Parts: sequence; structure tokens; C-alpha cells
Amino acid sequence: MTLLALLGSIELGLIYAVMALGVFISFRTLNTPDLTVDGSFVLGAAVSAVICSSGGSPFAALLVAFVFGSLAGTVTSLLNTKLGIQPLLSGILVMLALYSVNLRVMGGRANIHLMNSPSIFNLWQVAYFAKNAKLITATLTIFIILILLYFFLQTRLGFALRATGDNETMVRAAGINSDVTKLIGLALSNGLVAVSGAMIAQYQSYADVGMGLGMVVMGLASVIIGEVVFGVKPLLRRLLAVVLGSVLYRLIIAFAFAMGMPANDLKLVSAIIVAIALSTGTLKSAVLKQKRHLQS
Amino acid sequence: MIQITGLTKIFDRGTVSEKVALANVNLTFTAGEFVTIIGGNGAGKSTLLNCLAGVYAVDAGVIRLDGNDITGLPEYKRARWIGRVFQDPSLGTAYDMTIEENLAIAYHKNMRRGIQPGIKKAERQHFQERLAALGLGLENRMKDKVGLLSGGQRQALTLLMATIVKPRLLLLDEHTASLDPATAKKVLQLTKQLVTDKRLSTLMITHNMKEALAMGTRTIMMHNGEVILDLDDEERKQMTVEKLVSQFESKSGSSLNNDRMLLL
Repeated sequence: MTLLALLGSIELGLIYAVMALGVFISFRTLNTPDLTVDGSFVLGAAVSAVICSSGGSPFAALLVAFVFGSLAGTVTSLLNTKLGIQPLLSGILVMLALYSVNLRVMGGRANIHLMNSPSIFNLWQVAYFAKNAKLITATLTIFIILILLYFFLQTRLGFALRATGDNETMVRAAGINSDVTKLIGLALSNGLVAVSGAMIAQYQSYADVGMGLGMVVMGLASVIIGEVVFGVKPLLRRLLAVVLGSVLYRLIIAFAFAMGMPANDLKLVSAIIVAIALSTGTLKSAVLKQKRHLQS
Repeated sequence: MIQITGLTKIFDRGTVSEKVALANVNLTFTAGEFVTIIGGNGAGKSTLLNCLAGVYAVDAGVIRLDGNDITGLPEYKRARWIGRVFQDPSLGTAYDMTIEENLAIAYHKNMRRGIQPGIKKAERQHFQERLAALGLGLENRMKDKVGLLSGGQRQALTLLMATIVKPRLLLLDEHTASLDPATAKKVLQLTKQLVTDKRLSTLMITHNMKEALAMGTRTIMMHNGEVILDLDDEERKQMTVEKLVSQFESKSGSSLNNDRMLLL
């Protein structure tokens, strides 16, 4: 693997880490895997591409992407809490609907190329920074988001959000409307996912309507790899683990490519990684049971 | 202060499995009363508490708390006046959060939940004192996750969470039933202490008749969704478990075949 490829993987890992933090909120904090992610990621990318290609500010693009992503998450949450549709299905419905919405946002085109548009990665004027602009920008962004999220999860509202995923009975008994906390959680989660999509569009200089496929699985992979490798306690370490998990996941993929894995097999390998990671608990206890059985 | 009129709850209405869980229940509790509720399985004890807490929507009847009609209010809104401890120790706390974080969530019951710090220094101090008063050593484990606590410790913590903001009404739904006898005794002791210290209006379901007579100031017996016996403090003093059993049999017209209720 060349140094350039290595650097590229780390940059991608840091940008996708924003998405992974979003997935962490829905999957770990709210305890529901949210499939809206596949759509809201593209929504963010589409919004970002349209704004940047029409000369808008790349930073404003990230903010607008956050708002749009939050709206997508809000719709998913309302389908679940107000209309009684199962959480998983609510996510699938919004993901599907977003495919059409994303095409509309992109003006009916399936992809947008950003030639010479300003992006958050090419704003640096000083030569030294310009050389490492992508890495510095990606690191800075994920650092800011990580710190903000860390502090948010330690506020009263953050406590309510975390408890909702743990135990809804207790949350309601403590006077918290769990429908509202779920909504805030999914909005925040998909907002982050959309920001990640917006950054990727600027990083790769294009947005494609199909770029969100399997995004939620990638997010889960990052969360789980991070937990296994870097630990889950305390909270700051746990969030950091998600970011590092995302980078590690990118490095694993890059390594697999370098070893000659065909690009077409990427989704298959990702799915297998997540399946193995999610089943470790069950497999471990099965092995232990077998051992005990043999000993007795 | 609690006024229940014509309370009726029917499960699976209009189906073959229709079950009248509460049939036109009328009850009034005055402030500071500590009521123990007994009755066999399916008597409607838990349904009564769940209707008061707002978990179930009622089919008919009115519930008034301090004169206000709360019948239509959702569970989370009633929670500002009602504290609850459940039979299942895992229901009262968030297992993946620390002891102090759980207490903070309960403590901010009637406050705005925005982006203020989740726990302030003064609050932590307060929690520590309250935990110390439980006498379980939990004040030294405030940063431990609740998932690490035993069932008894969790029930004690839930009890503290339910009362850390003084509730107008405390609902205890067989909160010692899933604990071992020694732990159950300890949690009951704590319950007594908290309820008397703060003069809390309390409804406690128990399956233990002796306990029902020993604790509290009033005892209610339920059967098939109705209140069949209502004893004030004077009457309870004359009452023994044997008399209670014969009263139950004459009032309900059925014999008591539930061993669990007779456990002494």
C-alpha cells in the first residue's frame, strides 16, 4: 500500500467518522438501527453539491445539509412514534422516499461533478497547510463535532436521550416524553450523517444518487470495530473509539484492495465484517457452553 | 387527595379473551395515607396502579389528584406528581448509565431539560447525602454503572429516584417480590423509613398478608377487579392473617388457593 493510499484512507475514515457518530447515536444511544442513514447521507451530499456548484459557501453547505438530514430523521421518528410504524420499517420507508427527493435536489441528474468549486478542503492559502489541507480539515472537523457531541451527551437533554435507549419505562416515569427524545436523537443522528455526506461530496468533488448504498452497515462496522479494539468506557473514549473504528475500517478496506480484492466485492466484505462483529456475543457464549459441556 | 370514581378497565374488549380488570372501582385516599393492597393473581391490583400512573388508558371513570382531573394525561406528564417502583428491578433504572446520572434524571423531573450540565456539583453533593442515608454504601459507587448493581441495590436506588423529588403519590408495585427474603426485608425497611420521614401518600401492592397488615395505615383487598375489603388502621389492629383469609373467602365466595399470598 502506498503512503498516498494510506493517507487517503485516513482522510476518508475521519470524514466517514462523522457519519459513524450519527449511527452511534441511533444504534447505541437510542438502541434502534436506523436505515434512514442510507438516504440522508446522499441527501447531505446532494445539498452540498448543489450549493457548492452554484457558488455557495462550502461551510453553509454543511449547515444546510445538517438541517435537511435532521428533517429526514424527524420524518422517520414521526412515522414510528405518531403513526405506529415499526422503527426499522420507518427508516426503510424514508430511505426509499429520499431516493426520489435526492434526485429532485440534484435537479433530476443522477450525479453532479464539482469542478473547481470551492470546498472546505481547498480554502487554505498558506502553502504548508495547503499540502495537507484535506487531512487537517478532516481532523479539525471531526474533533469539533466529537467535542460538541461529548458535551451534549452530558447535558440534561443528553442524559434523557441516553436513558431512552436504555429503558423507556424509566424515562417516562421520570417525566420525560420518550417520543420527543427519540425524535431529537434521530434528527441529530441523521443531521450528522448528512454533514458527512456533504463533506464526502466536497472531498471527492462529486455527488451520486447511489453513493449511500450500505452506508448504515459501514457505520455499524465502524462503531463495532471501535468498541472491540478501543473499548467503551468512559464516554469520551467510547466516542473516540467510534472515530478510530471508522479510520480502522477504511484501512482494512484499503488493505484488502491492496491485496487484490475486486472493488465489486466491497459491500459483500463489509456485510460479512458486520455480521461477524454482531454475532461475537452469541458465538462466544455458544463456545463457552460447549466447553462447559465437554468438561462435565 | 386521590379520588377514583367509577374506574373501569377492560382488556381485549369485544374479543373472546375479554377481561374486566377493573370494574367500577371507587376509592378515596387522603394525603399522607400509606395503603397496602392485597389480592390474588388477576385481582386488578397492578392494573389499578398502572391506570393511576397513566400506563393504561381507562375505559370509564375519573381519576383526580388534588382535585385536578388527570384521567386523560399521558404517563410522562403525570410522572411529575407520581413516583413509581416496579416489581422488575431492571425497569426502574437505566442500566448503562451511572448511579449519579440515574439520580440526576429523576431529580430533574419538574425542570426544563435543555443543555444545562447533566449534574451540577451541588447536586452531586445532595445525591451523595441521600445515597448515604440508604446505608448500602452506594454513595461510594456513584460513578458505577447501574448494570453492576444487584436487584436489591437497584430497588433501593429506584426508591430513592422515585422520592428524590417529593411525589404527591408513590406507587409500589410488588417492589420486593423478586428479591431474596433478606434483601426484601431491607428494602421494605427503607420503604418504611422514606415514606414516614417524608409523609408520602403511598399505595403498595404486596402478596404477603402479614406484610400488608404490618406496613402502612390502611389495607385494601381486591378480587376480580373490585375492592372487596377496606380496613382502616383501627380495624387492622384487630385483624390477623387467619381472619383476613376467612374474610376473603366469605366476601369473594371463593377459597384462597394462592400459596404465595399466605407466605408468612
